[in-house]
Amino acid sequence: MIISNSIATFGRFCMFMRRVFSIPDRMSIFLRRTLVEISKLGVDSIPLVIVISMFIGAVCTIQMQLNVTSPIMPAYAVGLATRDIVLLEFSNSILCLILAGKVGSNIASEIGTMRVTEQIDALEIMGVNSANHLVLPKILGFVCFMPVLSIMCIGTAFVGGYLVALFTDLIPVSRYVYGLQAMFIEWYVWYGLIKSLIFAFIITSVASFFGYYVKGGALEVGRSSTNAVVASSIFILLFDVILTKLLLQ
Amino acid sequence: MIEVRNITKSFDGRTVLHGVSATFETGKTNLIIGQSGSGKTVLMKSLVGLLQPEKGEILFDGRNLLSMSRAEIHELRKEIGMLFQGSALFDSETVLGNVMFPLSMFTDMTRRQMRDRAMFCLERVNLKGAENKYPAEISGGMQKRVAIARAIALNPKYLFCDEPNSGLDPKTSILIDELLSDITHEYNITTVINTHDMNSVLGIGENIIFINKGHREWVGDMSQIYTTANEALSDFVFATRLFQQVKDYVAANAVPLDGGKGGILK
Repeated sequence: MIISNSIATFGRFCMFMRRVFSIPDRMSIFLRRTLVEISKLGVDSIPLVIVISMFIGAVCTIQMQLNVTSPIMPAYAVGLATRDIVLLEFSNSILCLILAGKVGSNIASEIGTMRVTEQIDALEIMGVNSANHLVLPKILGFVCFMPVLSIMCIGTAFVGGYLVALFTDLIPVSRYVYGLQAMFIEWYVWYGLIKSLIFAFIITSVASFFGYYVKGGALEVGRSSTNAVVASSIFILLFDVILTKLLLQ
Repeated sequence: MIEVRNITKSFDGRTVLHGVSATFETGKTNLIIGQSGSGKTVLMKSLVGLLQPEKGEILFDGRNLLSMSRAEIHELRKEIGMLFQGSALFDSETVLGNVMFPLSMFTDMTRRQMRDRAMFCLERVNLKGAENKYPAEISGGMQKRVAIARAIALNPKYLFCDEPNSGLDPKTSILIDELLSDITHEYNITTVINTHDMNSVLGIGENIIFINKGHREWVGDMSQIYTTANEALSDFVFATRLFQQVKDYVAANAVPLDGGKGGILK
Protein backbone atom coordinates (compact mmCIF):
# COMPACT_ATOMS: atom_id res chain seq x y z
CA MET A 1 0.00 0.00 0.00
CA ILE A 2 2.71 2.47 1.03
CA ILE A 3 4.83 1.50 -1.96
CA SER A 4 1.98 1.84 -4.46
CA ASN A 5 1.02 5.22 -2.94
CA SER A 6 4.62 6.38 -3.15
CA ILE A 7 4.87 5.34 -6.79
CA ALA A 8 1.57 7.07 -7.57
CA THR A 9 2.74 10.25 -5.83
CA PHE A 10 6.06 10.15 -7.66
CA GLY A 11 4.19 9.73 -10.96
CA ARG A 12 2.00 12.70 -10.12
CA PHE A 13 5.11 14.71 -9.21
CA CYS A 14 6.70 13.86 -12.59
CA MET A 15 3.55 14.91 -14.47
CA PHE A 16 3.42 18.10 -12.42
CA MET A 17 7.05 18.84 -13.31
CA ARG A 18 6.26 18.25 -16.98
CA ARG A 19 3.63 20.97 -16.77
CA VAL A 20 5.97 23.23 -14.81
CA PHE A 21 8.83 22.90 -17.30
CA SER A 22 6.97 24.00 -20.39
CA ILE A 23 7.55 27.16 -22.37
CA PRO A 24 5.95 30.15 -20.60
CA ASP A 25 2.99 31.80 -22.34
CA ARG A 26 4.55 35.24 -22.03
CA MET A 27 8.32 35.48 -21.61
CA SER A 28 8.21 39.08 -20.35
CA ILE A 29 5.77 38.16 -17.57
CA PHE A 30 7.79 35.07 -16.74
CA LEU A 31 11.02 37.09 -16.39
CA ARG A 32 9.28 39.71 -14.26
CA ARG A 33 7.88 37.02 -11.98
CA THR A 34 11.28 35.33 -11.75
CA LEU A 35 12.86 38.59 -10.57
CA VAL A 36 10.09 38.97 -7.98
CA GLU A 37 10.74 35.43 -6.73
CA ILE A 38 14.50 36.03 -6.56
CA SER A 39 13.74 38.97 -4.33
CA LYS A 40 11.08 37.21 -2.25
CA LEU A 41 12.71 33.82 -1.80
CA GLY A 42 16.39 34.67 -2.18
CA VAL A 43 17.15 38.24 -1.16
CA ASP A 44 14.71 38.12 1.75
CA SER A 45 16.56 35.06 3.09
CA ILE A 46 19.88 36.91 3.35
CA PRO A 47 19.38 38.18 6.94
CA LEU A 48 18.53 34.67 8.15
CA VAL A 49 21.53 33.19 6.33
CA ILE A 50 23.88 35.81 7.76
CA VAL A 51 22.70 35.42 11.34
CA ILE A 52 22.78 31.62 11.29
CA SER A 53 26.10 31.39 9.44
CA MET A 54 27.78 33.84 11.78
CA PHE A 55 26.79 31.88 14.87
CA ILE A 56 27.45 28.44 13.39
CA GLY A 57 30.89 29.58 12.18
CA ALA A 58 31.67 30.85 15.65
CA VAL A 59 30.36 27.73 17.37
CA CYS A 60 32.28 25.45 14.98
CA THR A 61 35.51 27.25 15.79
CA ILE A 62 34.92 27.01 19.54
CA GLN A 63 33.95 23.34 19.33
CA MET A 64 37.00 22.51 17.24
CA GLN A 65 39.26 24.29 19.65
CA LEU A 66 37.74 22.58 22.69
CA ASN A 67 37.35 19.05 21.30
CA VAL A 68 39.76 18.45 18.46
CA THR A 69 43.01 20.11 19.47
CA SER A 70 45.69 18.14 21.21
CA PRO A 71 49.46 18.56 21.65
CA ILE A 72 50.07 16.63 18.46
CA MET A 73 47.60 18.69 16.39
CA PRO A 74 48.78 21.99 14.91
CA ALA A 75 46.90 25.09 16.03
CA TYR A 76 45.77 25.85 12.48
CA ALA A 77 43.75 22.59 12.46
CA VAL A 78 40.89 24.54 14.05
CA GLY A 79 40.63 26.91 11.07
CA LEU A 80 41.09 24.05 8.63
CA ALA A 81 38.41 21.89 10.22
CA THR A 82 35.99 24.81 10.47
CA ARG A 83 36.57 25.63 6.82
CA ASP A 84 35.96 22.08 5.64
CA ILE A 85 32.82 21.66 7.74
CA VAL A 86 31.41 24.88 6.36
CA LEU A 87 32.38 24.10 2.76
CA LEU A 88 31.32 20.46 2.75
CA GLU A 89 28.11 20.43 4.78
CA PHE A 90 27.03 23.61 6.46
CA SER A 91 26.90 25.96 3.45
CA ASN A 92 24.73 23.53 1.49
CA SER A 93 23.03 20.70 3.40
CA ILE A 94 22.45 22.38 6.75
CA LEU A 95 21.70 25.75 5.18
CA CYS A 96 19.16 24.15 2.84
CA LEU A 97 17.54 22.26 5.71
CA ILE A 98 17.06 25.61 7.42
CA LEU A 99 15.82 27.25 4.23
CA ALA A 100 13.43 24.36 3.64
CA GLY A 101 11.63 25.62 6.75
CA LYS A 102 11.49 29.23 5.61
CA VAL A 103 11.21 29.03 1.83
CA GLY A 104 9.44 25.66 1.61
CA SER A 105 6.65 26.56 4.00
CA ASN A 106 6.30 29.96 2.33
CA ILE A 107 5.86 28.39 -1.12
CA ALA A 108 3.54 25.59 0.02
CA SER A 109 1.28 27.93 1.97
CA GLU A 110 1.18 30.56 -0.79
CA ILE A 111 0.30 28.10 -3.56
CA GLY A 112 -1.98 26.12 -1.24
CA THR A 113 -3.92 29.26 -0.36
CA MET A 114 -4.22 30.10 -4.05
CA ARG A 115 -5.63 26.62 -4.61
CA VAL A 116 -8.25 26.74 -1.86
CA THR A 117 -9.33 30.27 -2.79
CA GLU A 118 -9.82 29.16 -6.42
CA GLN A 119 -7.11 31.48 -7.76
CA ILE A 120 -5.46 28.53 -9.50
CA ASP A 121 -8.80 27.52 -11.01
CA ALA A 122 -9.20 31.10 -12.21
CA LEU A 123 -5.83 30.89 -13.97
CA GLU A 124 -6.75 27.57 -15.57
CA ILE A 125 -10.09 28.89 -16.79
CA MET A 126 -8.34 31.87 -18.36
CA GLY A 127 -6.25 29.37 -20.31
CA VAL A 128 -3.04 29.94 -18.32
CA ASN A 129 -0.81 26.97 -17.49
CA SER A 130 -1.01 27.63 -13.76
CA ALA A 131 1.77 25.19 -12.81
CA ASN A 132 4.17 26.87 -15.20
CA HIS A 133 3.01 30.40 -14.38
CA LEU A 134 3.26 30.00 -10.60
CA VAL A 135 5.97 27.42 -10.00
CA LEU A 136 8.66 27.81 -12.67
CA PRO A 137 9.63 31.36 -11.60
CA LYS A 138 9.97 30.12 -8.01
CA ILE A 139 12.17 27.18 -8.97
CA LEU A 140 14.33 29.16 -11.37
CA GLY A 141 14.56 32.19 -9.08
CA PHE A 142 15.62 30.24 -6.01
CA VAL A 143 17.96 27.89 -7.87
CA CYS A 144 19.68 30.88 -9.49
CA PHE A 145 20.06 32.70 -6.19
CA MET A 146 21.08 29.70 -4.10
CA PRO A 147 24.82 29.89 -5.00
CA VAL A 148 24.79 33.51 -3.80
CA LEU A 149 23.29 32.43 -0.47
CA SER A 150 25.73 29.55 -0.23
CA ILE A 151 28.80 31.73 -0.87
CA MET A 152 27.44 34.34 1.51
CA CYS A 153 27.03 31.60 4.11
CA ILE A 154 30.64 30.44 3.67
CA GLY A 155 32.02 33.96 4.00
CA THR A 156 29.90 34.84 7.02
CA ALA A 157 30.72 31.59 8.81
CA PHE A 158 34.43 32.31 8.37
CA VAL A 159 33.88 35.78 9.77
CA GLY A 160 32.08 34.21 12.76
CA GLY A 161 35.12 32.01 13.45
CA TYR A 162 37.42 34.97 12.92
CA LEU A 163 35.56 37.00 15.54
CA VAL A 164 35.96 34.14 18.03
CA ALA A 165 39.70 34.13 17.35
CA LEU A 166 39.81 37.91 17.63
CA PHE A 167 37.83 38.36 20.83
CA THR A 168 38.82 35.25 22.78
CA ASP A 169 42.15 33.68 23.53
CA LEU A 170 41.12 30.25 22.27
CA ILE A 171 43.21 30.44 19.10
CA PRO A 172 45.56 33.03 17.62
CA VAL A 173 44.02 34.92 14.72
CA SER A 174 46.99 34.21 12.48
CA ARG A 175 46.66 30.46 13.09
CA TYR A 176 42.94 30.55 12.35
CA VAL A 177 43.49 32.47 9.12
CA TYR A 178 46.34 30.14 8.16
CA GLY A 179 44.06 27.15 8.83
CA LEU A 180 41.40 28.57 6.55
CA GLN A 181 43.92 28.62 3.72
CA ALA A 182 45.89 25.46 4.45
CA MET A 183 45.49 22.43 2.19
CA PHE A 184 42.63 24.06 0.33
CA ILE A 185 40.84 21.82 -2.17
CA GLU A 186 38.97 23.87 -4.74
CA TRP A 187 36.64 20.99 -5.64
CA TYR A 188 35.02 21.27 -2.20
CA VAL A 189 33.62 24.65 -3.20
CA TRP A 190 32.17 23.27 -6.43
CA TYR A 191 30.88 20.22 -4.59
CA GLY A 192 29.06 22.47 -2.13
CA LEU A 193 27.60 24.65 -4.88
CA ILE A 194 26.40 21.66 -6.90
CA LYS A 195 24.69 20.25 -3.83
CA SER A 196 23.10 23.59 -2.98
CA LEU A 197 21.65 23.90 -6.50
CA ILE A 198 20.07 20.45 -6.29
CA PHE A 199 18.76 21.10 -2.78
CA ALA A 200 17.27 24.42 -3.92
CA PHE A 201 15.42 22.55 -6.66
CA ILE A 202 14.17 19.98 -4.12
CA ILE A 203 12.92 22.67 -1.73
CA THR A 204 10.99 24.64 -4.35
CA SER A 205 9.61 21.74 -6.40
CA VAL A 206 8.51 19.61 -3.45
CA ALA A 207 6.92 22.58 -1.66
CA SER A 208 5.14 23.68 -4.83
CA PHE A 209 3.85 20.15 -5.41
CA PHE A 210 2.41 19.93 -1.89
CA GLY A 211 0.83 23.35 -2.19
CA TYR A 212 -0.56 22.80 -5.69
CA TYR A 213 -2.49 19.67 -4.79
CA VAL A 214 -4.04 20.88 -1.52
CA LYS A 215 -7.69 20.01 -1.10
CA GLY A 216 -9.86 21.54 1.58
CA GLY A 217 -9.35 24.70 3.60
CA ALA A 218 -6.97 26.52 5.91
CA LEU A 219 -6.28 23.43 8.00
CA GLU A 220 -5.13 21.47 4.95
CA VAL A 221 -2.97 24.38 3.78
CA GLY A 222 -1.19 24.35 7.14
CA ARG A 223 -0.81 20.59 6.98
CA SER A 224 0.56 20.68 3.44
CA SER A 225 3.02 23.35 4.49
CA THR A 226 4.30 21.13 7.30
CA ASN A 227 4.40 18.09 5.02
CA ALA A 228 6.32 20.07 2.41
CA VAL A 229 9.01 21.00 4.94
CA VAL A 230 9.27 17.44 6.26
CA ALA A 231 9.39 15.88 2.79
CA SER A 232 11.93 18.32 1.41
CA SER A 233 14.13 17.86 4.51
CA ILE A 234 14.08 14.10 4.05
CA PHE A 235 14.89 14.40 0.35
CA ILE A 236 17.71 16.83 1.10
CA LEU A 237 19.26 14.33 3.53
CA LEU A 238 18.76 11.45 1.10
CA PHE A 239 20.34 13.34 -1.79
CA ASP A 240 23.11 14.53 0.52
CA VAL A 241 24.18 10.90 0.95
CA ILE A 242 23.84 10.13 -2.76
CA LEU A 243 25.68 13.26 -3.91
CA THR A 244 28.44 12.84 -1.36
CA LYS A 245 28.99 9.32 -2.59
CA LEU A 246 28.94 10.41 -6.22
CA LEU A 247 30.95 13.59 -5.98
CA LEU A 248 33.54 12.93 -3.28
CA GLN A 249 34.42 9.26 -3.69
CA MET B 1 -25.03 29.08 -27.30
CA ILE B 2 -23.92 26.22 -25.11
CA GLU B 3 -25.62 22.86 -25.40
CA VAL B 4 -25.19 20.14 -22.81
CA ARG B 5 -26.23 16.68 -23.91
CA ASN B 6 -26.68 13.74 -21.62
CA ILE B 7 -23.84 14.51 -19.19
CA THR B 8 -23.02 11.94 -16.53
CA LYS B 9 -20.44 12.47 -13.81
CA SER B 10 -19.54 10.26 -10.86
CA PHE B 11 -17.20 10.50 -7.90
CA ASP B 12 -15.94 7.30 -6.26
CA GLY B 13 -18.82 5.30 -7.72
CA ARG B 14 -21.46 7.84 -6.65
CA THR B 15 -23.23 9.41 -9.64
CA VAL B 16 -23.66 13.15 -9.15
CA LEU B 17 -25.05 14.05 -12.58
CA HIS B 18 -27.44 11.63 -14.28
CA GLY B 19 -27.57 12.32 -18.02
CA VAL B 20 -28.24 16.04 -17.72
CA SER B 21 -29.15 17.92 -20.89
CA ALA B 22 -29.69 21.67 -21.17
CA THR B 23 -29.36 24.62 -23.53
CA PHE B 24 -27.80 27.92 -22.46
CA GLU B 25 -28.84 30.64 -24.83
CA THR B 26 -26.79 33.54 -26.14
CA GLY B 27 -27.69 37.01 -24.90
CA LYS B 28 -29.64 35.61 -21.96
CA THR B 29 -28.96 35.08 -18.30
CA ASN B 30 -29.13 31.30 -17.92
CA LEU B 31 -29.52 30.19 -14.33
CA ILE B 32 -28.71 26.77 -12.91
CA ILE B 33 -30.60 26.42 -9.65
CA GLY B 34 -30.92 23.68 -7.09
CA GLN B 35 -30.27 22.82 -3.49
CA SER B 36 -26.77 22.45 -2.08
CA GLY B 37 -25.42 19.07 -3.15
CA SER B 38 -27.80 18.80 -6.10
CA GLY B 39 -24.93 18.75 -8.61
CA LYS B 40 -25.09 22.27 -10.01
CA THR B 41 -21.48 23.12 -9.14
CA VAL B 42 -20.36 19.86 -10.74
CA LEU B 43 -22.33 20.82 -13.84
CA MET B 44 -20.73 24.26 -13.87
CA LYS B 45 -17.22 22.85 -13.40
CA SER B 46 -17.89 20.35 -16.19
CA LEU B 47 -18.98 23.19 -18.45
CA VAL B 48 -15.73 25.08 -17.98
CA GLY B 49 -13.59 21.96 -18.25
CA LEU B 50 -12.42 21.76 -14.64
CA LEU B 51 -14.11 18.35 -14.39
CA GLN B 52 -14.31 15.67 -17.05
CA PRO B 53 -17.72 13.97 -17.34
CA GLU B 54 -17.77 10.26 -18.15
CA LYS B 55 -20.46 10.59 -20.78
CA GLY B 56 -22.16 13.24 -22.86
CA GLU B 57 -21.34 16.27 -24.97
CA ILE B 58 -20.76 19.93 -24.15
CA LEU B 59 -21.10 22.04 -27.28
CA PHE B 60 -19.82 25.62 -27.35
CA ASP B 61 -21.49 26.92 -30.53
CA GLY B 62 -21.15 23.45 -31.99
CA ARG B 63 -17.62 22.73 -30.72
CA ASN B 64 -17.55 19.74 -28.38
CA LEU B 65 -15.44 20.53 -25.32
CA LEU B 66 -15.06 16.87 -24.41
CA SER B 67 -13.44 15.89 -27.70
CA MET B 68 -11.14 18.91 -27.97
CA SER B 69 -7.37 18.65 -27.84
CA ARG B 70 -5.49 20.41 -25.04
CA ALA B 71 -4.55 23.22 -27.44
CA GLU B 72 -8.17 23.66 -28.56
CA ILE B 73 -9.35 23.83 -24.94
CA HIS B 74 -6.60 26.38 -24.32
CA GLU B 75 -7.97 28.51 -27.17
CA LEU B 76 -11.59 28.07 -26.08
CA ARG B 77 -10.77 29.24 -22.59
CA LYS B 78 -9.72 32.59 -23.96
CA GLU B 79 -13.39 33.05 -24.91
CA ILE B 80 -14.54 32.26 -21.37
CA GLY B 81 -14.84 34.58 -18.42
CA MET B 82 -15.59 33.22 -14.99
CA LEU B 83 -16.74 34.74 -11.75
CA PHE B 84 -15.92 32.48 -8.80
CA GLN B 85 -17.88 32.15 -5.59
CA GLY B 86 -15.04 33.66 -3.57
CA SER B 87 -14.07 36.09 -6.37
CA ALA B 88 -10.64 34.38 -6.73
CA LEU B 89 -8.79 37.66 -7.14
CA PHE B 90 -5.00 37.52 -7.09
CA ASP B 91 -4.01 38.76 -3.64
CA SER B 92 -0.61 40.01 -4.76
CA GLU B 93 -2.06 42.23 -7.49
CA THR B 94 -3.96 45.50 -7.18
CA VAL B 95 -7.50 45.82 -8.50
CA LEU B 96 -6.08 47.25 -11.71
CA GLY B 97 -3.46 44.51 -11.89
CA ASN B 98 -6.16 41.87 -11.56
CA VAL B 99 -8.18 43.30 -14.44
CA MET B 100 -5.07 43.82 -16.57
CA PHE B 101 -3.84 40.27 -16.00
CA PRO B 102 -5.78 38.49 -18.79
CA LEU B 103 -4.94 41.35 -21.15
CA SER B 104 -1.23 41.01 -20.42
CA MET B 105 -1.37 37.24 -20.92
CA PHE B 106 -3.40 37.06 -24.11
CA THR B 107 -3.16 40.31 -26.04
CA ASP B 108 -0.39 42.30 -27.67
CA MET B 109 -1.69 45.56 -26.24
CA THR B 110 0.75 48.15 -24.99
CA ARG B 111 0.75 48.84 -21.27
CA ARG B 112 -1.19 52.04 -21.85
CA GLN B 113 -3.83 50.27 -23.94
CA MET B 114 -4.17 47.57 -21.30
CA ARG B 115 -4.57 50.18 -18.61
CA ASP B 116 -7.21 52.02 -20.65
CA ARG B 117 -9.15 48.81 -21.28
CA ALA B 118 -8.92 47.80 -17.61
CA MET B 119 -10.08 51.24 -16.50
CA PHE B 120 -13.00 51.02 -18.92
CA CYS B 121 -14.02 47.66 -17.43
CA LEU B 122 -13.68 49.03 -13.89
CA GLU B 123 -15.81 52.01 -14.82
CA ARG B 124 -18.38 49.62 -16.30
CA VAL B 125 -18.72 47.95 -12.91
CA ASN B 126 -18.70 51.31 -11.08
CA LEU B 127 -15.31 50.85 -9.48
CA LYS B 128 -13.43 53.86 -10.74
CA GLY B 129 -11.13 55.09 -7.98
CA ALA B 130 -10.45 51.68 -6.48
CA GLU B 131 -7.85 50.64 -9.04
CA ASN B 132 -4.84 50.97 -6.74
CA LYS B 133 -6.34 49.07 -3.83
CA TYR B 134 -5.54 45.45 -3.07
CA PRO B 135 -8.32 42.81 -2.86
CA ALA B 136 -7.92 42.59 0.91
CA GLU B 137 -8.67 46.31 1.19
CA ILE B 138 -12.08 46.24 -0.51
CA SER B 139 -15.48 44.81 0.45
CA GLY B 140 -16.92 41.49 -0.74
CA GLY B 141 -19.30 43.25 -3.12
CA MET B 142 -16.46 45.27 -4.61
CA GLN B 143 -14.38 42.10 -4.98
CA LYS B 144 -17.21 40.54 -6.98
CA ARG B 145 -17.35 43.58 -9.21
CA VAL B 146 -13.57 43.45 -9.75
CA ALA B 147 -13.96 39.77 -10.67
CA ILE B 148 -16.69 40.71 -13.16
CA ALA B 149 -14.44 43.41 -14.64
CA ARG B 150 -11.63 40.86 -14.96
CA ALA B 151 -14.00 38.33 -16.52
CA ILE B 152 -15.19 40.77 -19.21
CA ALA B 153 -11.78 42.32 -19.92
CA LEU B 154 -11.16 40.05 -22.91
CA ASN B 155 -14.71 40.44 -24.30
CA PRO B 156 -15.67 36.83 -23.59
CA LYS B 157 -18.35 34.99 -25.54
CA TYR B 158 -19.26 32.94 -22.49
CA LEU B 159 -19.51 34.12 -18.90
CA PHE B 160 -19.82 31.66 -16.02
CA CYS B 161 -20.73 32.79 -12.52
CA ASP B 162 -20.57 30.42 -9.58
CA GLU B 163 -22.89 31.70 -6.85
CA PRO B 164 -22.15 35.37 -7.49
CA ASN B 165 -24.29 36.50 -4.53
CA SER B 166 -22.89 34.29 -1.82
CA GLY B 167 -21.84 36.27 1.22
CA LEU B 168 -23.44 39.49 -0.01
CA ASP B 169 -26.27 41.49 1.53
CA PRO B 170 -29.57 41.56 -0.45
CA LYS B 171 -29.04 45.07 -1.85
CA THR B 172 -25.53 44.35 -3.07
CA SER B 173 -26.80 41.05 -4.48
CA ILE B 174 -29.35 42.92 -6.56
CA LEU B 175 -26.65 45.29 -7.83
CA ILE B 176 -24.48 42.34 -8.89
CA ASP B 177 -27.47 40.65 -10.55
CA GLU B 178 -28.36 43.79 -12.47
CA LEU B 179 -24.75 44.22 -13.52
CA LEU B 180 -24.54 40.66 -14.81
CA SER B 181 -27.84 41.03 -16.63
CA ASP B 182 -26.83 44.36 -18.21
CA ILE B 183 -23.44 43.01 -19.32
CA THR B 184 -25.08 39.92 -20.81
CA HIS B 185 -27.46 41.97 -22.95
CA GLU B 186 -24.97 44.71 -23.76
CA TYR B 187 -22.25 42.38 -25.07
CA ASN B 188 -24.56 39.53 -26.20
CA ILE B 189 -22.78 37.00 -23.97
CA THR B 190 -23.93 33.50 -23.10
CA THR B 191 -24.08 33.90 -19.34
CA VAL B 192 -24.49 30.89 -17.07
CA ILE B 193 -25.12 31.61 -13.40
CA ASN B 194 -25.07 28.98 -10.73
CA THR B 195 -27.18 30.11 -7.81
CA HIS B 196 -29.62 29.24 -5.08
CA ASP B 197 -30.48 32.84 -4.36
CA MET B 198 -34.20 33.31 -5.06
CA ASN B 199 -33.74 37.06 -5.55
CA SER B 200 -31.55 36.29 -8.56
CA VAL B 201 -33.92 33.64 -9.83
CA LEU B 202 -36.90 35.97 -9.73
CA GLY B 203 -34.93 39.01 -10.85
CA ILE B 204 -32.81 37.92 -13.82
CA GLY B 205 -33.79 34.32 -14.60
CA GLU B 206 -34.44 34.38 -18.34
CA ASN B 207 -33.66 30.71 -18.79
CA ILE B 208 -33.75 28.65 -15.61
CA ILE B 209 -32.59 25.06 -15.28
CA PHE B 210 -33.53 23.31 -12.08
CA ILE B 211 -31.24 20.47 -11.00
CA ASN B 212 -32.45 18.08 -8.33
CA LYS B 213 -30.40 15.11 -7.09
CA GLY B 214 -28.32 15.15 -10.26
CA HIS B 215 -31.29 15.22 -12.65
CA ARG B 216 -32.52 18.14 -14.73
CA GLU B 217 -36.07 18.41 -13.48
CA TRP B 218 -37.39 21.63 -14.91
CA VAL B 219 -36.62 24.32 -17.50
CA GLY B 220 -38.42 27.62 -17.84
CA ASP B 221 -38.18 31.33 -17.07
CA MET B 222 -38.89 33.47 -14.02
CA SER B 223 -42.53 34.05 -14.94
CA GLN B 224 -43.24 30.32 -15.15
CA ILE B 225 -41.50 29.43 -11.92
CA TYR B 226 -44.29 30.81 -9.68
CA THR B 227 -46.85 28.46 -11.06
CA THR B 228 -44.72 25.37 -11.55
CA ALA B 229 -46.30 22.01 -10.96
CA ASN B 230 -42.93 20.49 -10.11
CA GLU B 231 -43.11 19.76 -6.41
CA ALA B 232 -39.36 19.74 -5.77
CA LEU B 233 -38.97 23.09 -7.52
CA SER B 234 -41.93 24.57 -5.69
CA ASP B 235 -40.45 23.42 -2.38
CA PHE B 236 -37.13 24.93 -3.36
CA VAL B 237 -38.57 28.26 -4.53
CA PHE B 238 -40.79 28.72 -1.50
CA ALA B 239 -38.33 27.36 1.03
CA THR B 240 -37.71 30.68 2.78
CA ARG B 241 -40.14 31.85 5.44
CA LEU B 242 -40.82 35.07 3.55
CA PHE B 243 -41.75 33.29 0.33
CA GLN B 244 -43.77 30.74 2.25
CA GLN B 245 -45.77 33.55 3.88
CA VAL B 246 -46.27 35.24 0.52
CA LYS B 247 -47.48 31.96 -0.96
CA ASP B 248 -49.90 31.43 1.93
CA TYR B 249 -51.15 35.01 1.57
CA VAL B 250 -51.68 34.54 -2.15
CA ALA B 251 -53.54 31.29 -1.59
CA ALA B 252 -55.73 32.86 1.09
CA ASN B 253 -56.54 36.03 -0.88
CA ALA B 254 -56.60 34.69 -4.42
CA VAL B 255 -54.07 37.30 -5.58
CA PRO B 256 -52.18 36.49 -8.79
CA LEU B 257 -48.51 35.78 -8.08
CA ASP B 258 -46.99 35.84 -11.54
CA GLY B 259 -46.31 39.54 -11.90
CA GLY B 260 -49.50 40.33 -13.80
CA LYS B 261 -51.41 43.52 -13.11
CA GLY B 262 -52.35 43.49 -9.48
CA GLY B 263 -49.99 40.60 -8.82
CA ILE B 264 -48.03 40.48 -5.59
CA LEU B 265 -44.65 40.02 -7.29
CA LYS B 266 -44.13 42.59 -10.03
